[in-house]
Amino acid sequence: MSEENLLEVRDLHVSFHTYNGEVQSVRGVDFQVKKGETLAIVGESGCGKSVTSQSIMGLIPQPPGKIRSGEILFEGRDLTRFSEKQMEKVRGKEIAMIFQDPMTSLNPTMTVGRQITEGLEKHQRLGKAEARQKAVEMLRLVGIPSPESRMNQYPHHFSGGMRQRAMIAIALACAPKLLIADEPTTALDVTIQAQILNRMNDLKKQLDTSIILITHDLGVVAETADRVAVMYAGKVVETGTVEEIFNRPRHPYTWGLMGSVPRLDLSSRETLRPIPGTPPDLLQPPQGCPFAGRCQYAMKICKTQMPETTEISGFHRTACWLEHPMSPAVTPPNEWVGGGSQ
Amino acid sequence: MSVAEPKVEKILELDQVKKHFTMGRGQVVQAVDNISFHVYRGETLGLVGESGCGKSTVGRTIIRLYEATDGEIKFKGQSTRDLKGEKLKQFNREMQMIFQDPYASLNPRMTVGDIIAEGLDIHKMAKGQERREKVIDLLKTVGLNEEHADRFPHEFSGGQRQRIGIARALAVDPDFIIADEPISALDVSIQAQVVNLMKKLQREKGLTYLFIAHDLSMVKYISDRIGVMYLGNLVELAESQELYDNPLHPYTEALLSAVPIPDPDSKESGERIILKGDVPSPIDPPSGCRFRTRCPKAMDVCAQEAPKWREVRPLHWVSCHLYQEESLKKEEENKAE
Amino acid sequence: MASSSTENLTPEMFEPVDSDVNEQEALRGTRVSFWQDVWFRFRSNKGALIGMLLILAIGVMAIVGPLMNSYSYSEQDYSATNQIFAGDHWLGTDKFGRDLWTRIWYGAGISLIIAFLAAAIDLIIGVPYGCISGYCGGKVDNWMQRIIEVLYGIPNLIMMILLLIWLDRGIFAIALAMSITGWVAMARIVRGQILKAKNQEYVLAARSLGASHGRLLLKHMFPNVLSAVIVTIMFTIPTAIFFEAFLGFIGLGIRPPQASLGVLINDGFEMLRLFPYQIFYPAAVLSLLMFSFNLVGDGLRDALDPKLRR
Repeated sequence: MSEENLLEVRDLHVSFHTYNGEVQSVRGVDFQVKKGETLAIVGESGCGKSVTSQSIMGLIPQPPGKIRSGEILFEGRDLTRFSEKQMEKVRGKEIAMIFQDPMTSLNPTMTVGRQITEGLEKHQRLGKAEARQKAVEMLRLVGIPSPESRMNQYPHHFSGGMRQRAMIAIALACAPKLLIADEPTTALDVTIQAQILNRMNDLKKQLDTSIILITHDLGVVAETADRVAVMYAGKVVETGTVEEIFNRPRHPYTWGLMGSVPRLDLSSRETLRPIPGTPPDLLQPPQGCPFAGRCQYAMKICKTQMPETTEISGFHRTACWLEHPMSPAVTPPNEWVGGGSQ
Repeated sequence: MSVAEPKVEKILELDQVKKHFTMGRGQVVQAVDNISFHVYRGETLGLVGESGCGKSTVGRTIIRLYEATDGEIKFKGQSTRDLKGEKLKQFNREMQMIFQDPYASLNPRMTVGDIIAEGLDIHKMAKGQERREKVIDLLKTVGLNEEHADRFPHEFSGGQRQRIGIARALAVDPDFIIADEPISALDVSIQAQVVNLMKKLQREKGLTYLFIAHDLSMVKYISDRIGVMYLGNLVELAESQELYDNPLHPYTEALLSAVPIPDPDSKESGERIILKGDVPSPIDPPSGCRFRTRCPKAMDVCAQEAPKWREVRPLHWVSCHLYQEESLKKEEENKAE
Repeated sequence: MASSSTENLTPEMFEPVDSDVNEQEALRGTRVSFWQDVWFRFRSNKGALIGMLLILAIGVMAIVGPLMNSYSYSEQDYSATNQIFAGDHWLGTDKFGRDLWTRIWYGAGISLIIAFLAAAIDLIIGVPYGCISGYCGGKVDNWMQRIIEVLYGIPNLIMMILLLIWLDRGIFAIALAMSITGWVAMARIVRGQILKAKNQEYVLAARSLGASHGRLLLKHMFPNVLSAVIVTIMFTIPTAIFFEAFLGFIGLGIRPPQASLGVLINDGFEMLRLFPYQIFYPAAVLSLLMFSFNLVGDGLRDALDPKLRR
């Protein structure tokens, strides 16, 4: 893995003005994406994972949204300072995005082929015939049968899985350096999800694209990601490699998340340990650690002060007061700690 | 694993149930076709399948939101087709449903207290102070409290709303509950809350569940037995662990192998079966076995006739030609020709 | 390794605290019903608020205005015809010497009554029709929709003119003429909403609890259709006012000496070249009314729109 950071997000704050007040969706997010790796951002709805990715793409509607502070460094250039015109050159060419709902993210009045060639003609300055040839090639690459005839069809002729594959073809046509996939398989059935994930993994190897995968499905994360960032209430609470996050998690929220998911492959009747309560309201985010209200290990300090990020090793970082030497020793719930390696 | 059929009462029996929808222009959607199974008292039967496989239609047909096109549904030994008057009211109390969408399943113009008490009002089971007390009781049962009774649904989170939906179903003291994708719209940590609550209620009240979902891991976690549906047909039914350990139907195999396991170490274990193509339309399903267009093990006989629903092993039912000797024989003959 | 740079940390800060279940389930803010929420949103829309105040003001003036001076709407004074300012004729007089102030507010009142009456008839016929059609579905719905289509196919202007030639041109007749086809739009909207509500899960839940048809319609579907009905009404009323003015203008309005805004504009139009002020006043009131109703309608639609709600 190359050590070079393709993307670096530093202390990003994004908020939205709503009818009820200002929602602080992202409250100081830091992470890096290296060349050729897949970073998964995991978290529940409203944790700010989608807002973060939309900020990278410059897709935050302003107003009501606003990037309050922070930097998004893409190959050293700060995207937050880019004008809309400059962003247009980045979007699609250097950073591409696929969305959750393939139906609404394809243009229903344009043939699928045209939607692919459009980007190629614009960003890569290809001629009509050349672009067409490339588009057919892309459709074949993502596994759409008889791509020549499919080129001239409209999105409604495609099934859900095929539409998502077409989206991937559009996104990857200009060979972007970074692909942001926002819940790419959530709207799909498991058998189709398996097809798409397989395809994405293959393409990543072939094209050497970095991927930011946004999902809430821990299974998808375990199978596709190199590194993971766990988000909660607008903050990254833990980051690390997949092995670290799944086998040696340090943050109680990560414990809770893992404890909430049943394992299909475990034969014993495990019991789920759900996290009680609901995530905090980001209209009035709590003063201390946002997870303190639901955390069974919460201490007095958690309610008043946000813990600093502690480096466990290399990439493994967590923001939790339990890492502080003064905190009592805590044994995490054990049924999954090392559960994978047993 | 017990070989003999457990001597438990069958609370619900479905025999060759069909539900077809007429779409106009003479098109008929065969949403559910020839489904037979039964549910034992006190168990949880999981029903899984991908979108459009008809699993929700089965649930809604059982609780009479839809009228079955053909076949017989028996609840506690009695056909549900022509229930009327007092019998129907009793049925409405004994069988209840939990819905998928926590945002659409609660009437936005009613207070939570009135929503929960709806069953009490309809069946005139409690009034005044008694009604209020019952509502508070139900709120506490699902982990909410008295203050919540006078609030409106939009003030609650998804998980809380789903628990309100459970309280509404419990109000009439049902013994059979159909849970139609009760957790698929919820966040991971909240899903576990709701599932654990459902399990607790089952223990305390001796409830029977028909748990409809597309998330196999969750279904396996909560169910005693699992039925797998594909394109309106039930293709396999067995005890949960047996189904996972020895899937017989090729579709079940593919479905199980497609579920991503939340453990990076198991990444390489097991060959993943990637199904080709997409689910055909239920308006014009394939002849014979409906799965044959995507089946990696399809034979000629699969196109010729529909496989029969057979108990191939004790308590393990499957509908596939691979497990029918006469079909295999026929296939031999086909080959010989 | 750990961040020990944080200053002033004492061991007791690291004492565990019990998590409070009730705190985890606590709701934010106070109880807000749907209508309170709507009102709150409506109130914060300045345009809509101004519109509502204007409508109220015109409504009050329609009642009080004619009583404010000594003239009645029909009293003629041939000694003071077509006067712009004439003593206590605040807005002057028309060609028969009738007091314009009195006639304008009286006319506005008649116009409003006709519009509200037309809207009420729309409601009384359209809402039940739409409810039954949507709720029953199947053959009943099919037939009821065919009837609506036939009514929709007849040009409503011809229908209105025929009806007004046949009936005495009073307030009720004009309102009836306007709603003879007007209710169709309402019925269609209600039907659409009912069809949508019918498959909502909360309705299915009530059905599986054994709720009767009446309960389903009145308790579950109708309250959720109400927003659409209100918005439709808010746009029906200005349309009706406008249409009434149109009927008045082509001479099919209310019989003289009674007046409506349309009749007044028609009268003023005859005098346009010589005495333009006579058309100005009623036209101004009409425009204000239209404008206000549209503002309120827009405001209500935004306030009621469930898409803005979470």
